[in-house]
Amino acid sequence: MDITFDHVSFTYQAGTPFAGEGLRDVSTTISDHSYTAIIGHTGSGKSTLLQHLNALLKPTSGSVTIGDRVITAETNNKNLKPLRQKVGMVFQFAENQLFEQTVAKDIAFGPKNFGASDDEAAALAKQMVTLVGLPEEVLTQSPFDLSGGQMRRVAIAGVLAMQPQVLVLDEPTAGLDPAGRRDMMTMFERLHETQGLTIVLVTHQMDDVADFADHVLVMDQGALIKEGSPREIFADPDWLRAHQLGLPKATAMAEQLMAKGFRFDPLPLTSDELADQLLPQIGGAHHE
Amino acid sequence: MTEAIQIDHLSYTYPDATHPALADVSLDIAQGEWVAIIGHNGSGKSTLAKNINGLLAPTSGQVTVAGLPLTEENIWDIRAKVGIVFQNPDNQFVGATVADDVAFGLENRGMPRDEMIVRVDDALEQVNMSAFSSREPARLSGGQKQRVAIAGIIAQRPDIIILDEATSMLDPAGRLEVLQLIQALRERQSLTVLSITHDIDEAASADRVIILNDGAIKESGTPAEIFARGPELIELGLDVPFAERLKHALISRGVNMPAHYLDEEGLVNYLWTLHSTM
Ligand SMILES: Nc1ncnc2c1ncn2[C@@H]1O[C@H](COP(=O)(O)OP(=O)(O)OP(=O)(O)O)[C@@H](O)[C@H]1O
Ligand SMILES: Nc1ncnc2c1ncn2[C@@H]1O[C@H](COP(=O)(O)OP(=O)(O)OP(=O)(O)O)[C@@H](O)[C@H]1O
Ligand SMILES: [Mg+2]
Ligand SMILES: [Mg+2]
Repeated sequence: MDITFDHVSFTYQAGTPFAGEGLRDVSTTISDHSYTAIIGHTGSGKSTLLQHLNALLKPTSGSVTIGDRVITAETNNKNLKPLRQKVGMVFQFAENQLFEQTVAKDIAFGPKNFGASDDEAAALAKQMVTLVGLPEEVLTQSPFDLSGGQMRRVAIAGVLAMQPQVLVLDEPTAGLDPAGRRDMMTMFERLHETQGLTIVLVTHQMDDVADFADHVLVMDQGALIKEGSPREIFADPDWLRAHQLGLPKATAMAEQLMAKGFRFDPLPLTSDELADQLLPQIGGAHHE
Repeated sequence: MTEAIQIDHLSYTYPDATHPALADVSLDIAQGEWVAIIGHNGSGKSTLAKNINGLLAPTSGQVTVAGLPLTEENIWDIRAKVGIVFQNPDNQFVGATVADDVAFGLENRGMPRDEMIVRVDDALEQVNMSAFSSREPARLSGGQKQRVAIAGIIAQRPDIIILDEATSMLDPAGRLEVLQLIQALRERQSLTVLSITHDIDEAASADRVIILNDGAIKESGTPAEIFARGPELIELGLDVPFAERLKHALISRGVNMPAHYLDEEGLVNYLWTLHSTM
């Protein structure tokens, strides 16, 4: 299911004195089965763009085509349910969306809402809670009696339980411990590889962009200012810096080394690529 | 009397919980010190923060803040000294506008209006959010919300600031700005900082790193001591610094590398030595 933006602009609180530009004339396609990363400074419109992917926000002008559904300013809110099931959204601060009395009910809510039986939904809850790295005991607990990172995991489990075709993730690993972050990113990667899920990820972690994405959208003040593969995007560190964006750690380190006379071609994006290119420049291996 | 926070055999169990969230934690934090608390999700970090400002009362043990034992009578004096930026900014907002929100804590203390306005403007300026002062906090982006939450605490000029993952939604440059801001405040006024974080750069800013595991202190040391643990760090709840990761990638390729912790600059210099003696 491709998702296509055609000249999409969005104004928050349109027609009021508080009106503010959220998106400006964005055109792009998020292809079926792709892994797209969206990067950009604070307030650049990343979350606003994401909320157009399941018609939570509708364009003020232009259109978003999601599979066979065309969403414009005129689209009414009826019949959006099938769309919401196909496009699962993990919000920024996803834990704010928790509301049920128990973790099990919270995770089961989505599947039940989309027609799963009680038994099916309960089975999904059990399966997903494990998938996000929580012990089964939490199923009977209140989601509000959990730590911040545990709540985030429950919220992610709830979206996975809807078995969406497109998984939209807004900073899903913020607040997770590093082992949890690694496991969660690996799990998303696996869903992408084995089940063909389309993934759209908003992140400030350029290493995640380099490690996982095949396509990158760069946002700035509501506009899409660049798109391409991670290698294309990270090939121009000066341009990224001018837009207050970072580099993958390996690329930044390569830059420091280049200032000392090392050579890299292409610019490495990961520690393995960097180590491979360094080896011949430091005298190779020293096996004793 | 130079201890800002003294925690003496503190245990805390949530009502109806079967397992304690904190078990016999003892910890002294000196005035002006910056301590980073790290640990897995659910290891007890936020619970510890809430026991320090009396949002939660210890099941057993004693907390002393700026020489005042945390008791019913002292609680308001202690809260005036300790500012907490909570993990989720949406739980912190009370004002209808960004400016009202930042002013809220000051208004409660009966600060004269003109002084308050100066403080609020100054705090918003420091987090680069002046242009948003008349906006509704709920209608901001994630990173903008976190900046406002931080402004709300620095406006109060507390003696002790607790940052509970307060920069988790900021981009790396924004996070660095906040860390520099806290550092600058610390130089200007004596400020004790307790930062709860999963971020390696934030932990690196600290004088001391404490690792919590299952409600107990597992380890403590300077950032360099802790970071020298290499790949094991990820199990302790912290990411492996990039320089260490690269070092291990080179070791696995058969390169001899020093065992002690190298920061990025140290690693660059070491590699340059190898390069120039080739
Ligand atoms: N509900 C809202 N009402 C009005 N304006 C909003 C609302 N949500 C966001 N905005 C504004 O729209 C712009 C884009 O916000 P958005 O949340 O899309 O940014 P973002 O790129 O996700 O940033 P961050 O990295 O901080 O999460 C910002 O200037 C923000 O203040
Ligand atoms: N309100 C509550 N009621 C019962 N148990 C709770 C409550 N809040 C937290 N807990 C439990 O107490 C333990 C410690 O939680 P705490 O919030 O202190 O963890 P944390 O280290 O801050 O984790 P995180 O990194 O996820 O924020 C966890 O096992 C958690 O499930
Ligand atoms: Mg956002
Ligand atoms: Mg916490």
